[in-house]
Amino acid sequence: MVLTPANNWRVFVFYFCIIAVLLILSKLPPFYILKRSLVIFPFVLLIAIFIPFFKEGEIAGSYNIWLWQVSVTYSGLFILANVIVKAWLCILTLILLSSTTKLAELLKGLRQLGIPRVMILILSFMYRYIFVMADEVMRMQQARDSRNFGGKRLYQLKTIGNMVGTLFIRSYERGERIYAAMLSRGFDGQVRTLQSLRFKSADAYFGAVFCLMLVFPCVIWW
Amino acid sequence: MNKVVEIRNLSFNYPDGHRGLKDVNLVVYPGENLAVIGPNGAGKSTLLLHLNGILRGNSTVKICGLIMEDKNLKEIRKKVGLVFQDPEDQLFSLSVFDDVAFGPVNMNYSEPEVRQRVTRALEWVGMGGYEQRSPHHLSFGEKKRIAIATVLSLDPEILVIDEPTSNLDPRSKWSLVELLQQFPMTKIIATHDLELVDALCHRTVVMDEGKVVADGDTETILGNTSLLKDHGLAPPNP
Repeated sequence: MVLTPANNWRVFVFYFCIIAVLLILSKLPPFYILKRSLVIFPFVLLIAIFIPFFKEGEIAGSYNIWLWQVSVTYSGLFILANVIVKAWLCILTLILLSSTTKLAELLKGLRQLGIPRVMILILSFMYRYIFVMADEVMRMQQARDSRNFGGKRLYQLKTIGNMVGTLFIRSYERGERIYAAMLSRGFDGQVRTLQSLRFKSADAYFGAVFCLMLVFPCVIWW
Repeated sequence: MNKVVEIRNLSFNYPDGHRGLKDVNLVVYPGENLAVIGPNGAGKSTLLLHLNGILRGNSTVKICGLIMEDKNLKEIRKKVGLVFQDPEDQLFSLSVFDDVAFGPVNMNYSEPEVRQRVTRALEWVGMGGYEQRSPHHLSFGEKKRIAIATVLSLDPEILVIDEPTSNLDPRSKWSLVELLQQFPMTKIIATHDLELVDALCHRTVVMDEGKVVADGDTETILGNTSLLKDHGLAPPNP
């Protein structure tokens, strides 16, 4: 999808159809998907908004902003549209993946694709403890609010700084305890896992059909 | 008689200088249920961490005749199952299965054996069928049980538990006590829950300020009200 030429809009329509079919099959609520997919736009716009101004080509319009004269080109707008479409299709695919697959399964899959075990371990710890930390932050906020948090702005900043510091120290100590718990069960620095995902024939069929679908539009509309 | 734990004159200071343990002597025989009681900060948890070499002091600690040194560490950690106070620390995987399997997988058991050990350990603590659940979504009592299963899967000869009944409601607490009573191995339990001590342990060690201040059978120690009061432990209800 990333390599598809920008002017080949039919390919993008085709890809969108594939993703749409899969999203419908996944039975996710459409509004939820739409809402989550909008998250990506600020990031893309932040990066890509300047492209129409810098790209050279036929001028679509020029404006005087204070001292500068800036002009927008057609080819630049075209690339911007293309970047947005690609980003949106990517985020739709990601939403599809992350809402239909448990993180534990996803990590096992990544492991089998050859991602180093240490990386998988880090990701799994992150996902396991992010909620524990969120709970801790919530409790700290409640404790702060019950002691009538208020006063001068500078004082508030100091309190928040202390909370961040406390959270850091608590997380660090928790890390130490987790490591001790791992050592107690024979951990020696080497990460071992059981191979528990099976590559079933259904996976092979899906993979093959999906690859064909990806290649097919490029071949006929190149 | 063979001793499962033998500690002679163990002292330990934390890196920041404050005293953890001072001249601790402790001998535990096979099959004993030993309670280590004492107020907060008495050094109970510190002592437990010496039993499988997470911390090491200045003296020899022997577990089942094995001296605590690097080459024996793996064998010792197989024999000593240490359950931490906060199950949130003990359960660090994304599924209950992975957590209970962590020990056996580290011991390089074959896959069928790992699966069999996990199933057995979970059934032992009454949590069969929880394999695919996420530890984050369990109740506190369930987490405690699974935390115990994570060391039972290694078939330890000594079960060492830090504060097994803290934060449990009475029903969960007593069902956990019943569960612990069924385990045949040597148990060392750090707690300040005297009801638990009375129900489960035959022998009690009292610690305060890093020292062992009393060691005897549970009835005598729990009967010695002035001793308990001196060390910040309320006597059990008559």
